[in-house]
Amino acid sequence: MKNQDSLKTVNPVKQFFINYAVPILFIIMIVFAAPMSGLSPVFLINEVMTRLTRNSFLILSLLIPVLAGMGMNFGIVMGAMAGQIGLILITDWQIVGVPGILLAMLISTPIAIVFGYFTGIVLNKARGREMVTGMMLGYFMNGIYQLLVLYGMGKIIPIRDKSILLSRGYGIRNAISLDGIRQSLDNVIKLDIMGIQIPLVTLAVIALNCLFIIWFRKTKLGQDMRTVGQDMEVARMAGIDVEKTRIISIIISTVLAAYGMIIYLQNIGTINTYNSHEQIGFFAVAALLVGGASVSRASILNVFIGVVLFHTVFIVSPRAGKELIGSAQLGEYFRVFITYGVIAFSLALYAWRNRIEAENERKKAMMLRRASLQNEAEEGGNL
Amino acid sequence: MNERLKGIIENIGLPRLLIASFLLLLFIIAPFVGVRVDTSINDVIARFAMNGILVLSLFPMIKSGCGLNFGLQLGVIAGLLGAVISLEMKVTGFAGFVLAIIISIVFAIIFGYLYGLLLNKVKGEEMVVATYVGFSAVSFMSIMWLLLPFKNPDMIWAYGGEGLRTTISTEGYWHHILNDFLSFQIGSHITIPTGALLFFALLCLIVWAFFRTKAGTAMEAVGSNPDYARSCGIDVDRVRIQSVIFSTIIAALGILVYQQSFGFIQLYNAPLMMAFPAIAAILLGGASVTKVKMWNVLLGALLFQGILTMTPSVINNLIKSDMSETIRIIISNGMIVYALTRRMKVRS
Amino acid sequence: MKDKFLLRMENVSKDFYGNTVLKNVNLNVKPGEIVGLVGENGAGKSTLMKIIFGSSEIYETGGYNGKIIFAGEEVNFRSSFDALQAGIGMVHQEFVLIPGYSATENILLNTEPTRPNILAEVFDERVNTLDWPEMKKRAKEAIGLLEVDLDPDMLVKEMPVGHRQFTEIAREINRESTKLLIMDEPTAVLTESEADVVLKVIKKIASMGIAVIFISHRLKEILTVCDYIVVLRDGEIQKELRPAETNEREIAEYMVGKDLGEKSGVNREKREFNETILKIENLWVDMPGEQVNGISLEVKKGEILGIGGLTGQGKLGIANGIMGLYPAEGRVIFKGEELPLNNTREILNRGLAFVSEDRRGIGLLLDQPLNWNIAFTAMQVKGEYLKNYLGGLIKWRDDEAISQLAREYIERLNIKCFSERQYARELSGGNQQKVCLAKAFALNPEVLFVSEPTRGIDIGAKKLVLDTLRLYNREYGTTIIITSSELEELRTISDRIAIINEGKIAGILPPTADRVEFGLLMLGKMETGEGVLNE
Repeated sequence: MKNQDSLKTVNPVKQFFINYAVPILFIIMIVFAAPMSGLSPVFLINEVMTRLTRNSFLILSLLIPVLAGMGMNFGIVMGAMAGQIGLILITDWQIVGVPGILLAMLISTPIAIVFGYFTGIVLNKARGREMVTGMMLGYFMNGIYQLLVLYGMGKIIPIRDKSILLSRGYGIRNAISLDGIRQSLDNVIKLDIMGIQIPLVTLAVIALNCLFIIWFRKTKLGQDMRTVGQDMEVARMAGIDVEKTRIISIIISTVLAAYGMIIYLQNIGTINTYNSHEQIGFFAVAALLVGGASVSRASILNVFIGVVLFHTVFIVSPRAGKELIGSAQLGEYFRVFITYGVIAFSLALYAWRNRIEAENERKKAMMLRRASLQNEAEEGGNL
Repeated sequence: MNERLKGIIENIGLPRLLIASFLLLLFIIAPFVGVRVDTSINDVIARFAMNGILVLSLFPMIKSGCGLNFGLQLGVIAGLLGAVISLEMKVTGFAGFVLAIIISIVFAIIFGYLYGLLLNKVKGEEMVVATYVGFSAVSFMSIMWLLLPFKNPDMIWAYGGEGLRTTISTEGYWHHILNDFLSFQIGSHITIPTGALLFFALLCLIVWAFFRTKAGTAMEAVGSNPDYARSCGIDVDRVRIQSVIFSTIIAALGILVYQQSFGFIQLYNAPLMMAFPAIAAILLGGASVTKVKMWNVLLGALLFQGILTMTPSVINNLIKSDMSETIRIIISNGMIVYALTRRMKVRS
Repeated sequence: MKDKFLLRMENVSKDFYGNTVLKNVNLNVKPGEIVGLVGENGAGKSTLMKIIFGSSEIYETGGYNGKIIFAGEEVNFRSSFDALQAGIGMVHQEFVLIPGYSATENILLNTEPTRPNILAEVFDERVNTLDWPEMKKRAKEAIGLLEVDLDPDMLVKEMPVGHRQFTEIAREINRESTKLLIMDEPTAVLTESEADVVLKVIKKIASMGIAVIFISHRLKEILTVCDYIVVLRDGEIQKELRPAETNEREIAEYMVGKDLGEKSGVNREKREFNETILKIENLWVDMPGEQVNGISLEVKKGEILGIGGLTGQGKLGIANGIMGLYPAEGRVIFKGEELPLNNTREILNRGLAFVSEDRRGIGLLLDQPLNWNIAFTAMQVKGEYLKNYLGGLIKWRDDEAISQLAREYIERLNIKCFSERQYARELSGGNQQKVCLAKAFALNPEVLFVSEPTRGIDIGAKKLVLDTLRLYNREYGTTIIITSSELEELRTISDRIAIINEGKIAGILPPTADRVEFGLLMLGKMETGEGVLNE
């Protein structure tokens, strides 16, 4: 019995530092870099608030595939593409304000469902390597997206507004300004508390998404996803349709990502038609991991901690770089480096720990077995 | 009959068949849209010599069961370091190139060893981890290119004086050092880059020969069936590291050959996506995540570079629009997705 | 007229690709009855269970012959879900549980009660929310029925093994439709005290009117808990026995069958061995499903030692552990020197070799030619079949020598193939096995471990393989330790046979000992002296 107890408590402090190595590292970076950047607290808080409203929805869209055991869904770039298609169309139709945003969401929904369904099927075939496949699929679909937007729009898909077309007469321009809907969601009700701008409606929409996720986890479907995520074989033996459940999780994620992209772009105000979506997957995943999530465990809290920490570092690092070395460019590179570095580090740490834990489990089971067998033998001897 | 046809298609592989026919079609159409076939062939050969080694670099890791090397950029970085350090030392001509090779190999061994250690720790998740290790290495080196104290004015920004340029010309150092070696003309438009082709052939030969030695045999067995290898007393992890180092060295040499042919050393974000085209090429050549043969490398490099050369010229002339980039994205990434979704052969 | 039997099987037969595994099985089970099922490996127990539980494997391999009537209706399940629907539950030997879930969640896995929801009308019933209070209530009820001490909120991964088993049983009980419960060695992984509680639970379940088919290799358990006992051998029901009217010896006798006497080909050659070549002391091996729990054994130089026992008892773990394929602890002394455990390379260097039971998984490079398969270990371990250049810097593979070696063994062992360049995958099982033997012979080992050398190969090939081993032993004096599930095979070739039960040696017998004595050892009747054996 004593054995069992000592095995259970594997130094909680050490455990904590290993589990939250990434967030801790970021907090340290902020503590050093924030004062060095010379940015005022109000400015900094405002910036963080902007990033929070801009990015949270997108990052929340990553949570459900994690629940289903499919890891970080790098395929959300496809949701982002769907959202952008919606935005391009409403820009062409010149539908402005909140109705424009809603319509863009409406248009993007079926596209995202189709993309999500396709992704789900592909990922079911690439079991065990969902993350790398999702990422490559994102790159692949980028080609299809280009085909559609760069060559199809204005030719096959009628575009009336010539100003968003390239001068050759078809294909969307590299950048379109979203004047009609720029920050229209943010500006419905905007509070100003001590110089800090709070876009209440956008936050409400994000809160709604959180509620959706909390509710979803409590549904039968949510429980099934959790089961599938924990052990596909057991789920299958219990009669859960594993493939379908996984596809649904990706569809939900893709649709949410489409909405997230629309919220993101209405805040920024312009679309970089061929670039905006590309980096979205990395940044969202990196932020979530910075928030303390792992490949198999991610919560709403991780999302918000992640956005705040990740973007604070993002905001301060170019300035700190400039102050420190006199090069703003350095900060730029540093931002890219930490994005990729965080993902690489977290994924590697996760895979590594899984192996160590499996080995520890084995050793522990072996020890317990030996102990119980010896106990029995002793008892037998005593009788 | 139908069955036989199916068998043949299965043997060659549908994607390969499609791409090869597409390429053939492009060559047939070419003269009709005003594209010279001989210049096209010239381009394909030049690009084949330029990119082939990078494709070859994937070979050892697939053989040892480490999968597709999504972290190819590490080798590329070793090659870049070799190139810039050799330029910094202002050694020109053949000696400069050899110096670059030696320095690159040293870095490649160090990087490969560390990278191999890491890949052993993350077995099963190698590809996704490798991708991001590659990405972060490239972005980390971007910082380094800015900070490292290089002094050669040919390499640093003319005005600021600090940090390396994004592209550095190899002119005056070892530009076309291999391409021009023993090169000759066929007709007026075809130049054969003999030296580069020979170098590529030499590396293929070395790889081929390695897999006929004791160590190479062990590596192949590890990739074929790691449990078998272990039961025969092979240290599987060690062999895997060897394969990673080997792959990384070849990738470093690959980028050097690329640079001497291209004429520029491209720094900063240029190597970021370099793994994907190489991977797409080897898959196109008929390799899979777990299996590869030498002809997959050669055929893949040829087909892939053929497509890359021919689509811009032919398609652009045909439909008067530049779809080549989009087609490249779809083909190369589609090929990788296809390979990732193919079930690994079940052992039973 | 209502059928008094819950389950009736009439003349049920099954063959896999012409290989008969069940012959005319008739089995009748009444509600609330506990039926014990006993049989050696390959007797057809698991196939019988798969048929009753509707495993899709049965359906996909052409179904079965005969009739099964369950709860008054003739059934022919295509999948386990059909069987579950009909009211047949199964408790697996390997736990089918989610470790990260609580007992409650596991008990109600995919049968969770839900609260209706408007969205469910639009989408799917699956968007109903879980009714947690109801879930807990149902889980508690199921646990209560079993009268066991199980915390419904405890995570499975934190439970002791016994509690995991209760959770599995509770899950089956929770399904209200469950009328028949199949329990496949539910006590195999449990300690004795835990097993006792499971036995109580089984009785409790039966008292609720649920019929139980109970499989166990522990005869004591079968005798205490069952209403009657069915003994299977070679796919046929040998005997139905009442516990009150039988004893362990009789059961063992029916299980292993009567001795064929002189005709059976048992090795009667009495050989004397003096020198100890391998001394195993307190060996523990962590091989999943074949764990070894502290075995001590001495192997004599030049003998053929057989290791037998039922599947899952640990006999396979011994060779795998000594050869370093699975983590092992303890001491193994070879020719007076201690072997470094868990270091395969060094053990091979010292002159031990191993032919694995997992021929296709570990034994062969399926996608490589025969010559590679045969020469690889010798090349890597002994540096043979290599040409050295540049003073040994380059160790070039000598393909000619490798082929030469392969051709030699192809001829000696009569391996049927087109040439030594043929891929191992393309060979028949028997010939693959010979390749594995050739691989081991090529090392010229002093001690050779051979595990399940005849598994899955036809009768002619079996004889050839055994003859080869015997010849090799006689010719080179190689000590051979052969592990096999087939007792008769061990008796024809071995000088001594050790029977493993629950990871320990139950006893060592000469091959001429009565079959029943082997049977008793396999069923956990420890050797306590001549008395027991001659009872």
